[in-house]
Amino acid sequence: MAAVGGREEPAERPLVPRERPRSYYGLPIVRRPAWTWEVPLYFFTGGTAGALAATSILARWSGQHRMGRSARRMALAGALVSPALLISDLGRPARFLNMLRVVRPTSPMSLGSWTLAGFGSALGMAEAADLAGLPVAVTGTMEGAAGILGPILANYTAVLLGDTANPIWRAGRHLLPFVFSGSSLAAAGGALCLAGPEEGRPVSRRMVVVGTALEQAAFLAMESHLGPLAEPYRTGRGGRLARVHRLASWTSAVLVLAGRRSPLLLRLGGAIALGSSALLRQAVYRAGFQAVDDPSYLVESQGP
Amino acid sequence: MTPGPRLPTLALPLWQAGGTRMGFFTDSSVCIGCKACEVACKEWNGVPDSKPAWSGNSYDNTLRLGANSWRHVAFVERVRQDDAAGVRWLMSSDVCKHCTRAACLEVCPTGAIFRSEFGTVVVQDDVCNGCGYCVVACPFGVIERREDDGRAFKCTLCYDRLKIGEQPACAKACPTASIQFGPLEELLETAHARLEQVRAQPGGEEAHLYGADESDGVGGFGAFFLLLDRPEVYGLPPRPEYRRRDVVTMWGAASVAAWLLVGGLAGAIRWRR
Repeated sequence: MAAVGGREEPAERPLVPRERPRSYYGLPIVRRPAWTWEVPLYFFTGGTAGALAATSILARWSGQHRMGRSARRMALAGALVSPALLISDLGRPARFLNMLRVVRPTSPMSLGSWTLAGFGSALGMAEAADLAGLPVAVTGTMEGAAGILGPILANYTAVLLGDTANPIWRAGRHLLPFVFSGSSLAAAGGALCLAGPEEGRPVSRRMVVVGTALEQAAFLAMESHLGPLAEPYRTGRGGRLARVHRLASWTSAVLVLAGRRSPLLLRLGGAIALGSSALLRQAVYRAGFQAVDDPSYLVESQGP
Repeated sequence: MTPGPRLPTLALPLWQAGGTRMGFFTDSSVCIGCKACEVACKEWNGVPDSKPAWSGNSYDNTLRLGANSWRHVAFVERVRQDDAAGVRWLMSSDVCKHCTRAACLEVCPTGAIFRSEFGTVVVQDDVCNGCGYCVVACPFGVIERREDDGRAFKCTLCYDRLKIGEQPACAKACPTASIQFGPLEELLETAHARLEQVRAQPGGEEAHLYGADESDGVGGFGAFFLLLDRPEVYGLPPRPEYRRRDVVTMWGAASVAAWLLVGGLAGAIRWRR
Protein backbone atom coordinates (compact mmCIF):
# COMPACT_ATOMS: atom_id res chain seq x y z
CA MET A 1 0.00 0.00 0.00
CA ALA A 2 1.30 3.46 -0.81
CA ALA A 3 2.17 5.83 2.00
CA VAL A 4 -0.89 7.95 2.75
CA GLY A 5 -1.15 11.10 4.85
CA GLY A 6 2.54 11.28 5.64
CA ARG A 7 2.68 7.82 7.19
CA GLU A 8 5.67 5.86 5.95
CA GLU A 9 5.92 2.20 5.15
CA PRO A 10 8.62 0.39 7.14
CA ALA A 11 11.78 0.10 5.11
CA GLU A 12 12.77 -3.15 3.41
CA ARG A 13 9.60 -5.03 4.13
CA PRO A 14 10.02 -8.42 2.49
CA LEU A 15 7.58 -9.06 -0.32
CA VAL A 16 7.11 -12.60 0.87
CA PRO A 17 6.57 -13.11 4.60
CA ARG A 18 9.52 -14.80 6.23
CA GLU A 19 7.70 -16.85 8.82
CA ARG A 20 6.59 -20.34 8.05
CA PRO A 21 3.13 -20.16 6.51
CA ARG A 22 0.39 -22.08 8.28
CA SER A 23 -1.97 -22.04 5.32
CA TYR A 24 -2.16 -21.64 1.56
CA TYR A 25 -2.77 -17.89 1.12
CA GLY A 26 -5.22 -18.04 4.02
CA LEU A 27 -7.66 -20.01 1.84
CA PRO A 28 -10.11 -22.38 3.57
CA ILE A 29 -9.21 -26.08 3.54
CA VAL A 30 -12.61 -27.68 4.11
CA ARG A 31 -15.80 -26.31 2.64
CA ARG A 32 -18.62 -24.16 3.90
CA PRO A 33 -21.99 -25.90 3.82
CA ALA A 34 -23.70 -25.65 0.45
CA TRP A 35 -27.01 -25.66 2.29
CA THR A 36 -29.45 -22.76 2.18
CA TRP A 37 -31.51 -21.15 4.96
CA GLU A 38 -34.01 -24.01 4.96
CA VAL A 39 -31.63 -26.43 6.66
CA PRO A 40 -31.02 -24.69 10.03
CA LEU A 41 -34.73 -23.84 10.07
CA TYR A 42 -35.51 -27.54 9.60
CA PHE A 43 -33.20 -28.40 12.50
CA PHE A 44 -35.63 -26.29 14.55
CA THR A 45 -38.97 -27.45 13.08
CA GLY A 46 -37.94 -31.13 13.11
CA GLY A 47 -36.53 -30.90 16.62
CA THR A 48 -39.59 -29.17 18.02
CA ALA A 49 -41.96 -31.60 16.31
CA GLY A 50 -39.95 -34.52 17.69
CA ALA A 51 -40.20 -33.30 21.28
CA LEU A 52 -43.91 -32.49 20.81
CA ALA A 53 -44.62 -36.04 19.62
CA ALA A 54 -42.94 -37.46 22.72
CA THR A 55 -45.00 -35.03 24.81
CA SER A 56 -48.16 -36.21 23.09
CA ILE A 57 -47.82 -39.87 24.04
CA LEU A 58 -46.56 -39.18 27.59
CA ALA A 59 -49.42 -36.75 28.21
CA ARG A 60 -51.91 -39.34 26.99
CA TRP A 61 -50.44 -41.96 29.33
CA SER A 62 -50.70 -39.58 32.26
CA GLY A 63 -54.34 -38.93 31.42
CA GLN A 64 -53.98 -35.41 29.98
CA HIS A 65 -55.77 -36.17 26.73
CA ARG A 66 -56.51 -32.64 25.61
CA MET A 67 -52.88 -31.65 25.93
CA GLY A 68 -51.76 -34.85 24.21
CA ARG A 69 -53.94 -34.16 21.20
CA SER A 70 -52.82 -30.55 21.01
CA ALA A 71 -49.16 -31.56 21.13
CA ARG A 72 -49.75 -34.20 18.45
CA ARG A 73 -51.39 -31.72 16.07
CA MET A 74 -48.53 -29.26 16.52
CA ALA A 75 -46.06 -32.08 15.90
CA LEU A 76 -47.94 -33.00 12.73
CA ALA A 77 -47.65 -29.42 11.51
CA GLY A 78 -43.89 -29.60 12.09
CA ALA A 79 -43.72 -32.98 10.35
CA LEU A 80 -45.41 -31.48 7.28
CA VAL A 81 -43.25 -28.34 7.11
CA SER A 82 -39.96 -30.18 7.65
CA PRO A 83 -39.80 -32.30 4.47
CA ALA A 84 -40.88 -29.28 2.44
CA LEU A 85 -37.93 -27.32 3.80
CA LEU A 86 -35.52 -30.17 3.13
CA ILE A 87 -36.74 -30.78 -0.40
CA SER A 88 -36.48 -27.13 -1.38
CA ASP A 89 -32.86 -27.12 -0.19
CA LEU A 90 -31.84 -29.97 -2.50
CA GLY A 91 -29.79 -29.18 -5.58
CA ARG A 92 -32.22 -31.42 -7.48
CA PRO A 93 -35.54 -31.23 -5.62
CA ALA A 94 -37.26 -33.53 -8.14
CA ARG A 95 -34.97 -36.32 -6.93
CA PHE A 96 -36.00 -36.08 -3.26
CA LEU A 97 -37.22 -39.68 -3.29
CA ASN A 98 -33.60 -40.80 -3.89
CA MET A 99 -33.19 -40.18 -0.15
CA LEU A 100 -35.18 -43.37 0.39
CA ARG A 101 -33.32 -45.29 -2.31
CA VAL A 102 -30.95 -46.96 0.17
CA VAL A 103 -30.53 -47.34 3.93
CA ARG A 104 -27.00 -46.28 4.80
CA PRO A 105 -26.15 -46.78 8.49
CA THR A 106 -22.94 -44.71 8.19
CA SER A 107 -24.89 -41.69 6.95
CA PRO A 108 -26.78 -39.71 9.63
CA MET A 109 -28.65 -38.00 6.80
CA SER A 110 -29.88 -41.33 5.46
CA LEU A 111 -31.02 -42.57 8.88
CA GLY A 112 -32.51 -39.13 9.55
CA SER A 113 -34.49 -39.17 6.31
CA TRP A 114 -35.95 -42.56 7.19
CA THR A 115 -36.71 -41.35 10.72
CA LEU A 116 -38.48 -38.27 9.40
CA ALA A 117 -40.44 -40.33 6.86
CA GLY A 118 -41.57 -42.79 9.54
CA PHE A 119 -42.31 -40.00 12.00
CA GLY A 120 -44.48 -38.07 9.56
CA SER A 121 -46.35 -41.19 8.45
CA ALA A 122 -47.06 -42.27 12.02
CA LEU A 123 -48.38 -38.83 12.96
CA GLY A 124 -50.48 -38.64 9.82
CA MET A 125 -52.00 -42.05 10.52
CA ALA A 126 -52.65 -41.13 14.15
CA GLU A 127 -54.50 -38.02 13.04
CA ALA A 128 -56.48 -39.93 10.42
CA ALA A 129 -57.39 -42.66 12.92
CA ASP A 130 -58.50 -40.02 15.42
CA LEU A 131 -60.65 -38.18 12.87
CA ALA A 132 -62.15 -41.42 11.59
CA GLY A 133 -63.11 -42.34 15.14
CA LEU A 134 -61.12 -45.58 15.14
CA PRO A 135 -60.46 -47.26 18.52
CA VAL A 136 -58.14 -45.35 20.83
CA ALA A 137 -55.64 -48.23 20.67
CA VAL A 138 -55.00 -47.52 16.97
CA THR A 139 -54.38 -43.83 17.52
CA GLY A 140 -52.31 -44.60 20.58
CA THR A 141 -50.09 -47.07 18.72
CA MET A 142 -49.37 -44.56 15.98
CA GLU A 143 -48.75 -41.85 18.55
CA GLY A 144 -46.42 -44.21 20.37
CA ALA A 145 -44.43 -44.86 17.19
CA ALA A 146 -44.06 -41.13 16.58
CA GLY A 147 -43.20 -40.67 20.26
CA ILE A 148 -40.30 -43.12 19.95
CA LEU A 149 -38.96 -41.55 16.76
CA GLY A 150 -39.49 -38.01 18.12
CA PRO A 151 -36.56 -37.76 20.55
CA ILE A 152 -34.26 -39.13 17.80
CA LEU A 153 -35.57 -36.51 15.39
CA ALA A 154 -34.91 -33.88 18.05
CA ASN A 155 -31.16 -34.43 18.08
CA TYR A 156 -29.96 -36.60 15.17
CA THR A 157 -29.26 -33.32 13.37
CA ALA A 158 -26.44 -32.80 15.88
CA VAL A 159 -24.98 -36.17 14.82
CA LEU A 160 -25.36 -35.03 11.21
CA LEU A 161 -23.30 -31.91 11.93
CA GLY A 162 -20.77 -33.81 14.03
CA ASP A 163 -20.10 -36.31 11.24
CA THR A 164 -18.50 -33.67 9.00
CA ALA A 165 -15.01 -32.26 8.52
CA ASN A 166 -16.06 -28.88 9.97
CA PRO A 167 -13.70 -28.40 12.94
CA ILE A 168 -16.16 -26.73 15.33
CA TRP A 169 -18.97 -29.21 14.70
CA ARG A 170 -16.65 -32.17 14.75
CA ALA A 171 -14.93 -31.21 18.01
CA GLY A 172 -18.29 -30.71 19.75
CA ARG A 173 -19.87 -33.85 18.34
CA HIS A 174 -20.53 -35.62 21.64
CA LEU A 175 -22.10 -32.61 23.37
CA LEU A 176 -24.12 -31.02 20.58
CA PRO A 177 -26.88 -33.71 20.81
CA PHE A 178 -27.51 -32.63 24.42
CA VAL A 179 -27.74 -28.98 23.37
CA PHE A 180 -30.25 -29.86 20.64
CA SER A 181 -32.26 -32.16 22.96
CA GLY A 182 -32.61 -29.44 25.59
CA SER A 183 -33.50 -26.83 23.02
CA SER A 184 -36.14 -29.07 21.41
CA LEU A 185 -37.74 -29.73 24.80
CA ALA A 186 -37.82 -26.00 25.59
CA ALA A 187 -39.29 -25.22 22.16
CA ALA A 188 -41.99 -27.89 22.54
CA GLY A 189 -42.90 -26.38 25.91
CA GLY A 190 -42.89 -22.96 24.30
CA ALA A 191 -45.29 -24.06 21.58
CA LEU A 192 -47.68 -25.45 24.20
CA CYS A 193 -47.39 -22.28 26.33
CA LEU A 194 -48.24 -20.27 23.23
CA ALA A 195 -51.11 -22.27 21.82
CA GLY A 196 -51.75 -25.29 24.04
CA PRO A 197 -54.81 -25.99 26.19
CA GLU A 198 -55.16 -24.39 29.60
CA GLU A 199 -54.91 -27.72 31.45
CA GLY A 200 -51.40 -28.25 30.12
CA ARG A 201 -49.95 -24.95 31.27
CA PRO A 202 -48.06 -26.12 34.37
CA VAL A 203 -46.47 -28.95 32.37
CA SER A 204 -45.61 -26.65 29.45
CA ARG A 205 -43.96 -24.17 31.82
CA ARG A 206 -41.83 -26.88 33.38
CA MET A 207 -40.85 -28.14 29.92
CA VAL A 208 -39.50 -24.70 29.01
CA VAL A 209 -37.54 -24.42 32.26
CA VAL A 210 -36.10 -27.95 32.20
CA GLY A 211 -35.29 -27.72 28.49
CA THR A 212 -33.59 -24.37 28.85
CA ALA A 213 -31.51 -25.59 31.77
CA LEU A 214 -30.39 -28.68 29.83
CA GLU A 215 -29.64 -26.68 26.71
CA GLN A 216 -27.64 -23.99 28.50
CA ALA A 217 -25.70 -26.44 30.65
CA ALA A 218 -24.80 -28.54 27.60
CA PHE A 219 -23.81 -25.46 25.61
CA LEU A 220 -21.48 -24.29 28.39
CA ALA A 221 -19.95 -27.75 28.60
CA MET A 222 -19.46 -27.77 24.83
CA GLU A 223 -17.83 -24.33 24.82
CA SER A 224 -15.40 -25.29 27.55
CA HIS A 225 -14.62 -28.55 25.77
CA LEU A 226 -13.91 -26.68 22.52
CA GLY A 227 -11.39 -24.37 24.19
CA PRO A 228 -9.86 -21.98 21.65
CA LEU A 229 -12.01 -23.57 18.94
CA ALA A 230 -15.08 -22.02 20.60
CA GLU A 231 -14.10 -18.58 19.25
CA PRO A 232 -16.69 -18.65 16.42
CA TYR A 233 -19.37 -18.87 19.15
CA ARG A 234 -18.03 -15.62 20.65
CA THR A 235 -17.09 -13.42 17.69
CA GLY A 236 -18.66 -12.37 14.42
CA ARG A 237 -22.12 -13.41 13.29
CA GLY A 238 -22.02 -16.76 15.09
CA GLY A 239 -21.08 -14.97 18.31
CA ARG A 240 -23.87 -12.40 17.94
CA LEU A 241 -26.43 -15.12 17.28
CA ALA A 242 -25.17 -17.15 20.25
CA ARG A 243 -25.41 -14.15 22.59
CA VAL A 244 -28.93 -13.22 21.48
CA HIS A 245 -29.91 -16.87 21.77
CA ARG A 246 -28.61 -17.12 25.33
CA LEU A 247 -30.45 -13.98 26.36
CA ALA A 248 -33.68 -15.13 24.69
CA SER A 249 -33.40 -18.55 26.26
CA TRP A 250 -33.15 -17.30 29.85
CA THR A 251 -35.76 -14.61 29.19
CA SER A 252 -38.25 -17.23 28.02
CA ALA A 253 -37.69 -19.31 31.16
CA VAL A 254 -38.23 -16.29 33.42
CA LEU A 255 -41.32 -15.18 31.48
CA VAL A 256 -43.07 -18.54 31.56
CA LEU A 257 -42.46 -18.73 35.30
CA ALA A 258 -43.89 -15.23 35.68
CA GLY A 259 -46.75 -16.43 33.45
CA ARG A 260 -48.16 -18.40 36.35
CA ARG A 261 -50.50 -15.49 36.92
CA SER A 262 -50.52 -13.77 33.53
CA PRO A 263 -51.49 -15.73 30.41
CA LEU A 264 -50.07 -12.92 28.31
CA LEU A 265 -46.61 -13.30 29.81
CA LEU A 266 -46.92 -17.05 29.39
CA ARG A 267 -47.67 -16.72 25.69
CA LEU A 268 -44.88 -14.20 25.25
CA GLY A 269 -42.45 -16.52 27.03
CA GLY A 270 -43.58 -19.42 24.84
CA ALA A 271 -43.05 -17.42 21.66
CA ILE A 272 -39.57 -16.37 22.80
CA ALA A 273 -38.71 -19.98 23.67
CA LEU A 274 -39.60 -20.99 20.11
CA GLY A 275 -37.58 -18.15 18.60
CA SER A 276 -34.65 -18.89 20.85
CA SER A 277 -34.55 -22.52 19.74
CA ALA A 278 -34.53 -21.44 16.08
CA LEU A 279 -31.75 -18.96 16.88
CA LEU A 280 -29.64 -21.71 18.46
CA ARG A 281 -29.62 -23.70 15.21
CA GLN A 282 -28.70 -20.53 13.30
CA ALA A 283 -25.84 -19.80 15.73
CA VAL A 284 -24.41 -23.32 15.41
CA TYR A 285 -24.80 -23.23 11.62
CA ARG A 286 -23.17 -19.81 11.23
CA ALA A 287 -20.33 -20.60 13.62
CA GLY A 288 -19.56 -23.47 11.24
CA PHE A 289 -18.98 -20.95 8.44
CA GLN A 290 -16.54 -18.96 10.54
CA ALA A 291 -14.73 -22.12 11.61
CA VAL A 292 -13.88 -22.98 7.99
CA ASP A 293 -13.34 -19.49 6.58
CA ASP A 294 -10.18 -19.19 8.69
CA PRO A 295 -8.12 -22.33 7.99
CA SER A 296 -6.11 -21.89 11.20
CA TYR A 297 -8.95 -23.44 13.24
CA LEU A 298 -8.63 -26.65 11.27
CA VAL A 299 -4.82 -26.65 11.21
CA GLU A 300 -4.62 -25.95 14.97
CA SER A 301 -7.24 -28.59 15.76
CA GLN A 302 -5.24 -31.19 13.83
CA GLY A 303 -2.10 -30.53 15.83
CA PRO A 304 1.43 -29.39 14.99
CA MET B 1 19.45 -50.72 0.30
CA THR B 2 18.65 -52.53 3.52
CA PRO B 3 15.24 -54.13 3.68
CA GLY B 4 13.07 -51.54 5.44
CA PRO B 5 9.81 -52.10 7.25
CA ARG B 6 7.01 -53.66 5.27
CA LEU B 7 5.49 -51.12 2.93
CA PRO B 8 1.84 -50.29 3.56
CA THR B 9 -0.43 -51.80 0.97
CA LEU B 10 -3.36 -49.42 1.35
CA ALA B 11 -5.71 -52.34 1.06
CA LEU B 12 -9.42 -51.60 0.86
CA PRO B 13 -11.82 -53.36 3.20
CA LEU B 14 -12.78 -56.74 1.78
CA TRP B 15 -16.33 -55.72 0.94
CA GLN B 16 -15.07 -52.84 -1.16
CA ALA B 17 -12.08 -54.46 -2.79
CA GLY B 18 -12.62 -55.22 -6.45
CA GLY B 19 -9.73 -55.69 -8.82
CA THR B 20 -6.34 -54.04 -8.49
CA ARG B 21 -6.56 -50.71 -6.69
CA MET B 22 -5.39 -48.01 -9.10
CA GLY B 23 -4.32 -44.52 -8.14
CA PHE B 24 -2.07 -41.52 -8.49
CA PHE B 25 1.34 -40.75 -7.08
CA THR B 26 1.88 -37.00 -7.41
CA ASP B 27 5.57 -36.22 -7.00
CA SER B 28 5.62 -32.49 -6.29
CA SER B 29 9.42 -32.34 -6.43
CA VAL B 30 9.34 -32.51 -10.24
CA CYS B 31 6.19 -30.44 -10.81
CA ILE B 32 6.99 -27.41 -13.00
CA GLY B 33 3.60 -25.73 -12.58
CA CYS B 34 2.62 -25.93 -16.25
CA LYS B 35 -1.05 -26.69 -15.44
CA ALA B 36 -1.29 -29.14 -18.34
CA CYS B 37 -3.09 -31.47 -15.90
CA GLU B 38 -5.74 -28.83 -15.17
CA VAL B 39 -6.33 -28.25 -18.88
CA ALA B 40 -6.31 -31.92 -19.88
CA CYS B 41 -8.80 -32.74 -17.12
CA LYS B 42 -11.19 -29.99 -18.16
CA GLU B 43 -10.92 -30.97 -21.81
CA TRP B 44 -11.49 -34.67 -21.33
CA ASN B 45 -14.18 -34.51 -18.69
CA GLY B 46 -16.06 -31.55 -20.14
CA VAL B 47 -15.68 -29.64 -16.88
CA PRO B 48 -17.19 -26.14 -17.19
CA ASP B 49 -14.83 -23.20 -17.16
CA SER B 50 -14.52 -20.96 -14.15
CA LYS B 51 -14.72 -17.18 -14.42
CA PRO B 52 -11.18 -15.93 -15.00
CA ALA B 53 -9.97 -13.72 -12.18
CA TRP B 54 -6.51 -12.64 -11.11
CA SER B 55 -6.06 -13.84 -7.56
CA GLY B 56 -2.69 -12.27 -6.87
CA ASN B 57 -1.63 -15.54 -5.26
CA SER B 58 1.50 -16.21 -7.29
CA TYR B 59 0.61 -17.97 -10.57
CA ASP B 60 -2.45 -19.65 -9.08
CA ASN B 61 -5.79 -18.39 -10.34
CA THR B 62 -7.61 -21.69 -9.81
CA LEU B 63 -7.21 -21.35 -6.01
CA ARG B 64 -8.63 -24.70 -4.91
CA LEU B 65 -10.29 -27.89 -5.99
CA GLY B 66 -14.02 -27.74 -6.56
CA ALA B 67 -16.93 -28.78 -8.74
CA ASN B 68 -15.28 -27.15 -11.75
CA SER B 69 -11.61 -27.78 -10.93
CA TRP B 70 -10.67 -31.42 -10.51
CA ARG B 71 -6.93 -30.77 -10.69
CA HIS B 72 -5.40 -27.72 -9.04
CA VAL B 73 -1.76 -26.67 -9.22
CA ALA B 74 -0.63 -24.88 -6.06
CA PHE B 75 2.16 -22.29 -6.24
CA VAL B 76 3.95 -21.50 -2.98
CA GLU B 77 6.67 -18.87 -2.76
CA ARG B 78 8.85 -19.39 0.28
CA VAL B 79 11.75 -17.26 1.47
CA ARG B 80 14.14 -19.66 3.09
CA GLN B 81 14.29 -19.49 6.88
CA ASP B 82 18.06 -19.50 7.07
CA ASP B 83 18.18 -16.30 4.97
CA ALA B 84 19.98 -18.09 2.18
CA ALA B 85 19.49 -16.34 -1.11
CA GLY B 86 16.33 -16.48 -3.12
CA VAL B 87 12.80 -17.65 -3.09
CA ARG B 88 11.98 -21.30 -3.00
CA TRP B 89 9.21 -22.46 -5.30
CA LEU B 90 6.87 -25.20 -4.27
CA MET B 91 4.44 -26.46 -6.85
CA SER B 92 2.07 -29.36 -6.50
CA SER B 93 -0.88 -30.64 -8.47
CA ASP B 94 -3.72 -31.43 -6.06
CA VAL B 95 -6.55 -33.85 -6.80
CA CYS B 96 -9.29 -35.87 -5.07
CA LYS B 97 -7.57 -38.32 -2.70
CA HIS B 98 -9.88 -41.30 -3.38
CA CYS B 99 -9.58 -42.14 0.34
CA THR B 100 -9.50 -45.68 1.68
CA ARG B 101 -12.20 -44.57 4.14
CA ALA B 102 -14.00 -42.01 2.02
CA ALA B 103 -16.19 -39.69 4.09
CA CYS B 104 -18.14 -38.48 1.02
CA LEU B 105 -19.07 -42.06 0.13
CA GLU B 106 -19.98 -43.06 3.67
CA VAL B 107 -22.28 -40.08 4.31
CA CYS B 108 -23.97 -40.03 0.89
CA PRO B 109 -27.65 -40.76 1.68
CA THR B 110 -28.63 -41.72 -1.86
CA GLY B 111 -25.83 -44.15 -2.67
CA ALA B 112 -24.83 -41.91 -5.56
CA ILE B 113 -21.16 -42.13 -4.53
CA PHE B 114 -19.68 -45.58 -4.97
CA ARG B 115 -16.38 -47.46 -4.92
CA SER B 116 -15.45 -48.56 -8.42
CA GLU B 117 -13.77 -51.80 -9.43
CA PHE B 118 -10.49 -49.81 -9.56
CA GLY B 119 -10.86 -48.81 -5.90
CA THR B 120 -11.64 -45.23 -6.87
CA VAL B 121 -14.50 -43.09 -5.51
CA VAL B 122 -16.97 -41.94 -8.16
CA VAL B 123 -20.22 -39.90 -8.11
CA GLN B 124 -23.10 -41.18 -10.26
CA ASP B 125 -24.55 -37.96 -11.59
CA ASP B 126 -27.84 -39.63 -12.49
CA VAL B 127 -28.47 -40.50 -8.84
CA CYS B 128 -27.08 -37.50 -6.93
CA ASN B 129 -29.89 -35.26 -5.68
CA GLY B 130 -27.65 -32.44 -4.50
CA CYS B 131 -28.20 -32.85 -0.75
CA GLY B 132 -24.76 -31.31 -0.14
CA TYR B 133 -23.73 -33.62 2.70
CA CYS B 134 -20.53 -34.80 0.97
CA VAL B 135 -19.48 -31.15 0.59
CA VAL B 136 -19.19 -30.64 4.35
CA ALA B 137 -18.00 -34.18 5.04
CA CYS B 138 -14.90 -34.22 2.81
CA PRO B 139 -11.82 -33.62 5.03
CA PHE B 140 -10.06 -32.00 2.05
CA GLY B 141 -12.84 -29.72 0.77
CA VAL B 142 -12.63 -31.43 -2.63
CA ILE B 143 -16.21 -32.22 -3.64
CA GLU B 144 -18.57 -29.32 -4.32
CA ARG B 145 -22.10 -28.66 -5.51
CA ARG B 146 -22.17 -27.03 -8.94
CA GLU B 147 -24.27 -23.90 -8.52
CA ASP B 148 -26.18 -23.88 -11.81
CA ASP B 149 -26.61 -27.66 -11.81
CA GLY B 150 -27.28 -28.48 -8.17
CA ARG B 151 -25.40 -31.79 -8.11
CA ALA B 152 -22.02 -32.57 -6.56
CA PHE B 153 -18.97 -33.11 -8.74
CA LYS B 154 -15.35 -34.18 -8.28
CA CYS B 155 -12.51 -36.10 -9.94
CA THR B 156 -13.62 -39.53 -11.21
CA LEU B 157 -10.02 -40.66 -11.74
CA CYS B 158 -11.16 -40.81 -15.37
CA TYR B 159 -13.41 -43.81 -14.76
CA ASP B 160 -14.31 -43.93 -18.46
CA ARG B 161 -10.65 -43.99 -19.57
CA LEU B 162 -9.73 -46.62 -16.98
CA LYS B 163 -12.49 -48.86 -18.30
CA ILE B 164 -10.82 -49.02 -21.73
CA GLY B 165 -7.36 -49.48 -20.25
CA GLU B 166 -6.22 -45.90 -20.76
CA GLN B 167 -4.57 -43.75 -18.10
CA PRO B 168 -6.28 -40.62 -16.73
CA ALA B 169 -6.03 -37.47 -18.82
CA CYS B 170 -3.95 -35.51 -16.27
CA ALA B 171 -1.31 -38.23 -15.92
CA LYS B 172 -1.09 -38.60 -19.69
CA ALA B 173 -0.61 -34.84 -20.13
CA CYS B 174 1.97 -34.39 -17.37
CA PRO B 175 5.29 -33.63 -19.11
CA THR B 176 7.56 -34.38 -16.13
CA ALA B 177 5.92 -37.54 -14.76
CA SER B 178 5.05 -35.60 -11.63
CA ILE B 179 1.65 -37.27 -11.92
CA GLN B 180 2.09 -41.01 -12.11
CA PHE B 181 -0.76 -43.44 -12.56
CA GLY B 182 -0.76 -47.16 -11.90
CA PRO B 183 -1.53 -49.97 -9.46
CA LEU B 184 -1.25 -48.45 -6.00
CA GLU B 185 1.15 -51.08 -4.69
CA GLU B 186 3.64 -50.36 -7.46
CA LEU B 187 3.27 -46.61 -6.99
CA LEU B 188 4.03 -46.98 -3.28
CA GLU B 189 7.28 -48.74 -4.05
CA THR B 190 8.25 -46.05 -6.57
CA ALA B 191 7.33 -43.34 -4.09
CA HIS B 192 9.40 -44.72 -1.23
CA ALA B 193 12.43 -45.07 -3.49
CA ARG B 194 11.92 -41.55 -4.83
CA LEU B 195 11.57 -40.17 -1.28
CA GLU B 196 15.03 -41.46 -0.37
CA GLN B 197 16.52 -39.73 -3.43
CA VAL B 198 14.80 -36.43 -2.70
CA ARG B 199 15.72 -36.50 0.99
CA ALA B 200 19.40 -36.81 0.06
CA GLN B 201 19.26 -33.64 -2.04
CA PRO B 202 19.61 -30.08 -0.71
CA GLY B 203 16.18 -28.64 0.08
CA GLY B 204 14.69 -32.09 0.40
CA GLU B 205 15.23 -32.48 4.13
CA GLU B 206 11.56 -32.05 4.93
CA ALA B 207 10.26 -34.18 2.06
CA HIS B 208 7.66 -36.72 3.08
CA LEU B 209 4.91 -38.85 1.62
CA TYR B 210 1.40 -37.54 2.30
CA GLY B 211 -1.39 -40.11 2.35
CA ALA B 212 0.80 -43.17 1.80
CA ASP B 213 0.25 -44.57 5.27
CA GLU B 214 -2.70 -46.81 5.97
CA SER B 215 -2.65 -45.87 9.66
CA ASP B 216 -3.52 -42.21 8.97
CA GLY B 217 -6.96 -40.74 9.68
CA VAL B 218 -8.59 -41.90 6.44
CA GLY B 219 -6.73 -45.18 5.96
CA GLY B 220 -4.44 -43.75 3.30
CA PHE B 221 -5.22 -42.16 -0.06
CA GLY B 222 -5.73 -43.72 -3.46
CA ALA B 223 -4.01 -40.57 -4.73
CA PHE B 224 -1.04 -39.76 -2.53
CA PHE B 225 1.74 -37.18 -2.72
CA LEU B 226 5.41 -36.48 -2.18
CA LEU B 227 5.52 -33.03 -0.57
CA LEU B 228 8.52 -30.83 0.23
CA ASP B 229 6.87 -28.96 3.09
CA ARG B 230 4.06 -29.43 5.58
CA PRO B 231 0.64 -30.22 4.10
CA GLU B 232 -1.02 -26.99 5.29
CA VAL B 233 1.50 -24.98 3.24
CA TYR B 234 -0.11 -26.50 0.12
CA GLY B 235 -3.64 -25.98 1.47
CA LEU B 236 -3.96 -29.59 2.65
CA PRO B 237 -5.16 -30.67 6.12
CA PRO B 238 -2.26 -31.87 8.31
CA ARG B 239 -4.24 -34.77 9.78
CA PRO B 240 -7.41 -35.55 7.85
CA GLU B 241 -9.76 -37.86 9.65
CA TYR B 242 -12.80 -40.00 9.01
CA ARG B 243 -13.59 -42.99 11.17
CA ARG B 244 -16.71 -45.09 11.29
CA ARG B 245 -16.46 -45.59 15.04
CA ASP B 246 -16.94 -41.83 15.48
CA VAL B 247 -20.42 -42.21 14.01
CA VAL B 248 -21.12 -44.99 16.52
CA THR B 249 -20.02 -42.94 19.54
CA MET B 250 -21.99 -39.95 18.26
CA TRP B 251 -25.17 -42.04 18.04
CA GLY B 252 -24.38 -43.24 21.55
CA ALA B 253 -24.23 -39.66 22.81
CA ALA B 254 -27.41 -38.83 20.88
CA SER B 255 -29.23 -41.80 22.46
CA VAL B 256 -28.29 -40.67 25.96
CA ALA B 257 -29.40 -37.15 25.06
CA ALA B 258 -32.70 -38.52 23.70
CA TRP B 259 -33.34 -40.37 26.96
CA LEU B 260 -32.52 -37.21 28.87
CA LEU B 261 -35.19 -35.42 26.83
CA VAL B 262 -37.72 -38.10 27.67
CA GLY B 263 -36.65 -38.02 31.33
CA GLY B 264 -36.98 -34.24 31.48
CA LEU B 265 -40.37 -34.51 29.84
CA ALA B 266 -41.57 -37.19 32.26
CA GLY B 267 -40.38 -35.01 35.13
CA ALA B 268 -42.28 -32.05 33.73
CA ILE B 269 -45.46 -34.07 33.25
CA ARG B 270 -45.28 -35.41 36.81
CA TRP B 271 -47.35 -38.54 36.89
CA ARG B 272 -50.71 -38.43 38.55
CA ARG B 273 -53.11 -41.32 38.48
